[in-house]
Formats: sequence, C-alpha cells, structure tokens
Amino acid sequence: MSTIKAEVRHYIQENLLLGAGAVSPGDDESFLEHQVLDSTGFLELVAHLEETYGIKIGDDEMVPENLDSLNAIEAFVQRKREVKA
Amino acid sequence: MDLHAPPLRGSLPPEGADPPWGGPAADRAGPFIHSAFEARCREQPGKTAVVVGERRVSYGELIAQVHGIAVAMHDAGITRGDRVVLLLDSSVDYVAALHAVWHLGAVAVPLGPQTKAAKLTHVLNDTGARALLTQATLSSVWGAASHGASLCVWVRGEAPSPALAWPSPSNHATDLPGPTSAGDLATLIYTSGTTGQPKGVMLSHANMLAAWRSVQAYLQLRPQDVIGLALPPSFSYGLYHVVMGLGIGATLVLENTAAFPAKLVQRLASERVTVFPGVPMLWASLLALDLSAHDLSALRLITNAAAALPAAHTALLRARLPQAQLLLMYGLTECKRASYLPHEEVDSRPESVGRGLPFQEHWLVDEHGQRLPDQGCATGELVVSGAHVSAGYWNAAPGVATRISPGPRPGEHTLRTGDVFRRDEHGWLYCVGRTDDMFKSRGEKVYPLEVEHAICELPGVLEAAVSPMPDERLGLAVKAHVRLKPGATLAEREVIRHCQARLESWMAPKAVAFVDQLPQTESGKLRRRDLA
Repeated sequence: MSTIKAEVRHYIQENLLLGAGAVSPGDDESFLEHQVLDSTGFLELVAHLEETYGIKIGDDEMVPENLDSLNAIEAFVQRKREVKA
Repeated sequence: MDLHAPPLRGSLPPEGADPPWGGPAADRAGPFIHSAFEARCREQPGKTAVVVGERRVSYGELIAQVHGIAVAMHDAGITRGDRVVLLLDSSVDYVAALHAVWHLGAVAVPLGPQTKAAKLTHVLNDTGARALLTQATLSSVWGAASHGASLCVWVRGEAPSPALAWPSPSNHATDLPGPTSAGDLATLIYTSGTTGQPKGVMLSHANMLAAWRSVQAYLQLRPQDVIGLALPPSFSYGLYHVVMGLGIGATLVLENTAAFPAKLVQRLASERVTVFPGVPMLWASLLALDLSAHDLSALRLITNAAAALPAAHTALLRARLPQAQLLLMYGLTECKRASYLPHEEVDSRPESVGRGLPFQEHWLVDEHGQRLPDQGCATGELVVSGAHVSAGYWNAAPGVATRISPGPRPGEHTLRTGDVFRRDEHGWLYCVGRTDDMFKSRGEKVYPLEVEHAICELPGVLEAAVSPMPDERLGLAVKAHVRLKPGATLAEREVIRHCQARLESWMAPKAVAFVDQLPQTESGKLRRRDLA
C-alpha cells in the first residue's frame, strides 16, 4: 500500500473518524457520503496535508475531486509535489 | 409595544392558490404544514422542485415519491400520530419523506446524517418511533442503534433484511388518514438542553404555519426564487427553507458541499441561486474565496442565523455581494425565529438582532422573572410569546418547569429564551449573554452537562467539567477538564475519540486538561466560571 494513503488513513483514524462504529473508509469511498469527515474535519485534514507534505493548498483546490477519498488525496498530493519539485 | 410588524404584502403563493395559512378553513381542519406544497404539486407538476447535483426533480415527480412513501408506511400499519424518524442526508428522499410523514398525519422526527448511534437510540426510544427512514451509507449508525422489534426500517440503497427497500413512487394516495386538526403534532426536533439529554421540541402544524407566516412577512420568498440550501435540513433553519420554498412553489437546490466552498460557490453561480441562507462558519469559508470570479448576480437575498455574524464579516459580505439584501436573524428551535434585523439597518447596527418578529410579542425579564418596562433602555432575558412557540418538550416530566409555559393568549405559549439582551431606547436588541452555561461552537449548541455525561462514561474518569475556549475557526471550542480515578491513566486522544463516537462532532472536546481538582463553590457545586 502506498505510504501517502497509509499515512492519511492513519491520521483520519486517529484524529477525525467521526465515531467508533465508524468504519475506516475504503480507498475510493467518499468521505462525505460515508460521514467520515464533516466540514471542520476537511479543514483539519487540509492543514495536516499542508504540514506533512510541505504543500500549499489553495481555496480553489479544496474540491471533492482532490480531497474526498484516499485515492483522490494520494493523486492530488503527488501532483502537488511534482509541481513543487 | 412596538412589534415592528412590516405590512404583509406580495410574495404569497401564486394567485388563486390556497394561502398556506389562515383562511376560513383554518379553524376546522387545517390548513396543514404540507397543504401549500401539495397545492403547488397540483398546479405546477412540471416545474423543477428540487435539484441535487445533476438530478432535477419536478413537483409532479416529487409528489409521486411522497405518495409512494406514505402508502408504504400506511400499508405497514403506520398511522396518524405515529412518530417517524428520518435519518437522511440532504436529498430528494429526505424532502419526499418529510412530506409523506405529514401527509399521513404522522409526526416527523428529522435527524442529521452526523447523528451518532447513541443519540439515535435515545431518539428512537424517547419517541417510541414506529418507523425509521434512512440510507445504506449510514448503516454503521442505524445498525448500531438499539430499538424495539416493532420498528419498520426503510433504507435507500442496499437494504439488508429485515430492513425494507425504499418505497417506489405511486400516483395514488387515496384513503390515507392525514392530520385532523392544525393543532396535531407535525414535527419533533431534538435539541440539546440543560438536562444533558437531547429533548424533542414539539411543533404542531399550527406552530409551524405561524412561524412561516411571521418569517415570510419579512423574508418575502417568491415562486420564481431558486433557494440554495447547504444547511442540514434536519435543523429548524434548513427545515423551514424546505417547507417555505416548496410551499411557495420555488426551486430548491440542495447542496451537501458546505465542506467544499469553492464547489458550493460554483453551484450558486451555475444554478442562478437567488436566495441563500447561511451560518457564520459557512460565510467565513465563502469569504475566503474570490467571489468576484463567479457570476453571483442572481443572488438577491442572503441571510444569517444560528449564531451572530461577526460585524467584520457582515461588512465584507455587504461589500462583496452588494446586490444582495442581507438579513441577520435570531431564533431558537422552540419558536423557530424570534427576531430579525432588516436589511436597511444592517450597515448602521450590525450587532443588533433587530426588534422582534411580526405577529409576536416579546419582552425582557429580570433575574427574578419579573417583566421589565416595555419602553426605554433595559437589559434582561428575552421572552417571546405567540402562536409560533412550541407547546413544550416531548415526554417532559409532568410538573417540572421548563422554558415554555402556556398563554398569555389562549392556545399560545411563552418561551424564556435563556439569552440576555440589552434593548436600546428604540427597541433594538443586542445579545449580551446567557442565563445558563450553554455556548455555541461553530453555531451549534453545546450544553456542558451533555459532554460531561459522555466523558464520565469512560471507566477511568472520576469527574469532568466542560468550558468554552476561544478558537479562531470555531468561534468557541470545547475544553474538557477531567479528574481521573486514583491510579487510572487516560490520554487526551482517548477522551476526544470517545466523545467523537458518542456526540455530534461539534460537542467533542478539542483539548483535554487532566486536573487534580475541579473548582467548587463552598457547597461543593462546580464553579464553572473558574474553569480555565
């Protein structure tokens, strides 16, 4: 399993998962649809990604296509790091 | 006193339609809270009622779904007066289910999709619910909730037995019971309270119609409006926009994208949204965007409620969306709304909540409950009275005083809001505090006792106290002070995680301090103001 996905999954499990009984999300499952994160949770997740991966996420990049599943986050973070490098 | 009632004019449902309130039939049997919606379905079946993503549902299609759900419930033996819990996200199914419950004469109990299993269990048991309408993506919540064997569960999406598949639309809904009088209970909205357990606020059809009438008098929604709804429709503020919008024949654009403001603003532009109700957190996230990059010229009316909008944000909204009228509003679930600040006053007194509501009486009382003079400057707890005030809480123990009392006019109720206001010489109200220890985090109510009860469920905890702490993003965040049993160990994370599992996310502490002692009064009671 990729390190980004594993790390983000761990972060969500430790910090954001809305409730025990809440099941850890599948790689392609929408966080919103499965009530994994709410709007405050997404803001915290974005702050975590910025800090951990040294990237800057613009307000216009805060869209479900970039952030609403583990797969989406991994692809997004990789893209951001490539641009930076 | 000056009720500051603007004249009722315009913006009622299309001409020739039954008005949603009043009228000669009002004393006999209705109208009911869903009557106007059903009239609009007959008059304009082809008009778009609800938009969710790419999906557009007409009034005609929507009423078929309403009838399908009502018939399925009726066939399962659910009838007038039965409580039906709705655990659904903001969707066509939610809107249809709500109206189906009312159509049947049953009582709708809406819960947001963030509801936890423990609260769902409490609500199912407290209401003695006969039915639960929910969705497969929330199965971890309803699957974990305990309830009686007689509960019928309908599930949108995959429905594991014995749950029932979501009802199909139906073109026939004859011979269903329906409510018998406007005094019948229509809705129970569960809200946090001083007792530490959520309580069901009872709203009759008449209460809801009265609130609608007062709000419409100044909001003036129009049939041609496109209402963008990013609020959870299980809360009073969102729920009434569903009722008012569809009752007037407008189009509702339901958005579950509040977490993604950039997406939300694109939707407001592309759907040509004309009315958009918001809360402070939502406005803050929208104001962080470059709004000028989007065509929001259709937006004519924006409103704020749930918590006070910081004056700086009010000024920014006025500057960035100058074409839109901005109304600042104040209310409680128990009465829906208690005051609003008209648009013309927003620039000059942005920190006022206004001078009350049309068709409502209000006054201030001192700390002994004595009514203060109606004229001149005063500071006291706000009390509101009128047909919009709930008759009380579901299952309230008899004889126990609550914030709600009957009268003074027959059939009406009076509500102590718990909010302390300063009134200036012209009647403008300014919130200055609370009579109890409730505070708001991101616009949601936090009663410390409810959080403290949850923390005390942890085995190692001896006692716990909760206080607000300033937070840049949330306004106020929850801080827990925990005293452990001798020898017990517990990490901050464990306390937070337990609360996230047990309570709605805004009630979960952001920080936990482990202390040797909690501040006490001489009589041994917790001294909350000394919590730091």
